[in-house]
Amino acid sequence: MFDPELAEMRFGAGLSPVIAPPADARAMLTRLGGPDAITAQFPIETFAAFRQRMLDNQAARRARHVSKGDAVASEAAQKAERRVKGAARQAQGQWLGMQVQRRVHTQDGFRERLVGFWADHFTAQGKAGLMHRGPSPYIEESIRPFITGRFADLVIAATTAPLMLHYLDQEASIGPGSVTAQEMAARGQLKRIGLNENLAREVLELHTLGLSDSYDQTDVRELAELFTGMTYQAEVGFKFQPKSAEPGPETVLGVRYGSDERAQLADIHAALTDLATHPATARHIATKLAVHFTQDVPDPALTGALAEVFSATKGDLMAVYATLLDHPASWDPALRNVKPPFDFMASACRALAIAPGLFVPMEEPFIQRQLRVPLFRMGQQWERQPGPDGWPEEDAAWITPLGLAARLEWAMNAPGDLRADLPDPRDFVQHALGSKAPPEVLFAAKAAENRREGIGLILAAPAFQRR
Amino acid sequence: MTPSLTRRAFLIRSTVVGCSLAASPLLTPVTFAAAPGDNRLVVIILRGAMDGIDVVQPYGDPALAGLRRTLVAGEAGGAADLDGFYALHPGLKSLLPLWQAGELAFAHAVSTPYRNTRSHFDGQDLLEAGTMGLTPASRTDGWLNRLLQHQAGTLSDTAYAIGHDALPVLAGPAAVANWAPDAGLQLSPQARRLAETVMHDDPLFRMALAEALQLSDLQVPVADDDEGQAEMGGMVPPTPKPAGGHVALADFAAERLRGEARIAAFSLSGWDTHAAQKATLPRALVPLAETILALKAGLGPVWGQTAVLAMTEFGRTARENGTAGTDHGTGGAMLMAGGAVRGGRVLAEWPGLGASDLYEGRDLRPTRDVRAHAAWAMRGLFGLDRALLESAIFPGLDMGADPQLML
Repeated sequence: MFDPELAEMRFGAGLSPVIAPPADARAMLTRLGGPDAITAQFPIETFAAFRQRMLDNQAARRARHVSKGDAVASEAAQKAERRVKGAARQAQGQWLGMQVQRRVHTQDGFRERLVGFWADHFTAQGKAGLMHRGPSPYIEESIRPFITGRFADLVIAATTAPLMLHYLDQEASIGPGSVTAQEMAARGQLKRIGLNENLAREVLELHTLGLSDSYDQTDVRELAELFTGMTYQAEVGFKFQPKSAEPGPETVLGVRYGSDERAQLADIHAALTDLATHPATARHIATKLAVHFTQDVPDPALTGALAEVFSATKGDLMAVYATLLDHPASWDPALRNVKPPFDFMASACRALAIAPGLFVPMEEPFIQRQLRVPLFRMGQQWERQPGPDGWPEEDAAWITPLGLAARLEWAMNAPGDLRADLPDPRDFVQHALGSKAPPEVLFAAKAAENRREGIGLILAAPAFQRR
Repeated sequence: MTPSLTRRAFLIRSTVVGCSLAASPLLTPVTFAAAPGDNRLVVIILRGAMDGIDVVQPYGDPALAGLRRTLVAGEAGGAADLDGFYALHPGLKSLLPLWQAGELAFAHAVSTPYRNTRSHFDGQDLLEAGTMGLTPASRTDGWLNRLLQHQAGTLSDTAYAIGHDALPVLAGPAAVANWAPDAGLQLSPQARRLAETVMHDDPLFRMALAEALQLSDLQVPVADDDEGQAEMGGMVPPTPKPAGGHVALADFAAERLRGEARIAAFSLSGWDTHAAQKATLPRALVPLAETILALKAGLGPVWGQTAVLAMTEFGRTARENGTAGTDHGTGGAMLMAGGAVRGGRVLAEWPGLGASDLYEGRDLRPTRDVRAHAAWAMRGLFGLDRALLESAIFPGLDMGADPQLML
């Protein structure tokens, strides 16, 4: 049953020499239900703030187009554009540093883990230019505030987020029978008119129901038609444009949404709410949570209990988390899941108790060298998941020869740059693994030739790599 | 059909078989069918969109000169004539002996089915997925992985994804080895022994470490342990090369392909020449030539059984732009090299560069699907059925007439 150290390892940010693990599941849930304290200390901008960068970028691009032929003005405009893009690239590195620091200093590690879980569940990326820098602001605005409420609200927030609309091509989806389509046809822009099913398909397959026989291609198509009209602008963020919406009602999973009247965003919200509370969704989310927090092939009893409470509460996420922390299968002492690279590095930084100021000033080369390049080498290029299904959960996807070599390399070399004074490995083994250090790791901590290697071996050991 | 085994399945099975396999995970078969043949395929993904018109210059086309201001084609620009119509960019001149020996060929005016949007991101996804279209979003396996899935006798080290870049072309359920020549673990003897100790009871970690150490030993000879070298068949000790460079990639690929591997893939970047192309293109082309020569040298006797395909996501605009470069286009060129290639030819149904010939009035018009050449190469090398290639490996492809790519 509940074990404070295991709770911090498996459901939190990992053990820390200076922050005590939670006393019980109730304490974890109370913190999670309370204010989100760590964001003030380690802020990341919201997408609303990020939109100012998009506006600045647009202005610089316009200036570049206008200045064509005028060498001096053109040079200045290009410089301005590079400045906007460069600042955003630096900020992206900074936000990565902030995310590591949140994990190091939080007393509410379960929240950080859940943000990571849901951000991956609703993976969205930038596909061009400045938008590449958008994921952290997207998560800060459209994921993080919603992880303790109703699942339906989280689905609505993620589905209507500008970065999601951009990533899954919703911005380019125009109802073939819409006013916008007629206007475009009159202008001869025939090629750009058309439905794009990408977001509708992923909402069904990845975000809600999961790959199942509960829906078919007709549902995908109808949902895509219902989604038309959703777009975004740098000035205002999300925008619903009824004139781009396909006229008439759409039927998804046998339920009719909308009418022959003017299209309304409320119809899209209604469909998303129904999808978010569907029994197939309950099973899909229950399985994903159990896999993420326990093991690749989870105990069916745990999955069943999570699905049941999800259904019974119509997706009350706090009730689902309470069941997760309450279930005996969650407390199997055997450590199974391999930490993905970011979680590994962040938990190592927590065990090392790195200083809060470490990544906070704009030190791009340092963040590049200590975090971004190692993440890439471990197989997790930051904010560049291989697809909308996010990072793999399978342990074997990470512990490849190349991935393990990169973990060992970082474990041996980074700690010395992250802390001026490396702890004695015999102490550090307690910081990192508490009372759970296996004998072979205790032995390695003593037998290593020097502190650097001792710490590297502790961090590279399966006892630290798994949770 | 070979059952497709994930790396995970491979590891689980290996664990069941026992720890003796840990001593030599590279030689662990994941299926027990007949071994694949002796031919080798190297796929190089040229990321950033190579300008086919500047690399294999159609200087016999009267419209070319009018399209490009600073990018002078043909012998006047330093290129070498190939066949009276095409000339080879000076950046590839070190490959001329291969051309003369019939070991170098090009396909021109080729493209994937990708049209109109011209995004590197989508273009590379489609090139590596090998499918007709991109929906559902880039979540398919790569065509080289599908080749493995349909080939009998695939081993865990039959195919190598080389380098740190993601290689979606090889991603998928079939087991693929992955290593980067600069990833060599440099552990002190004591750290090495202790790493083996802390990972010993965890099969996933133990096997990955054993393989990582074995591969590291190939790269950087470890002073106190030269047994590993002898075990690998008394090969010439590797000389340290600039870590992570293109020659290191090629050397590593060649070293693996001389052994059990039959397929290798890696990528080379630097092709996105929007400005000052005259200066920037050679920075990508010269390394490509060096890569191919390093493969030839490293492969030695098996170069004769090898085909190298260098492919890019799309071509570039026929017209030079305002900054002496070219922008994202459509039709482009593909390079084929190797002793197994019937070379000395530029394969193309040349569409012409006249105003009305250009695709959308701006790009070289593709006259053939680049996947058709890759499919014919795989048919020639591995004897795959045409029907399988057109349905499973490259769904929706019409391979068209046989260009007789392989000897």
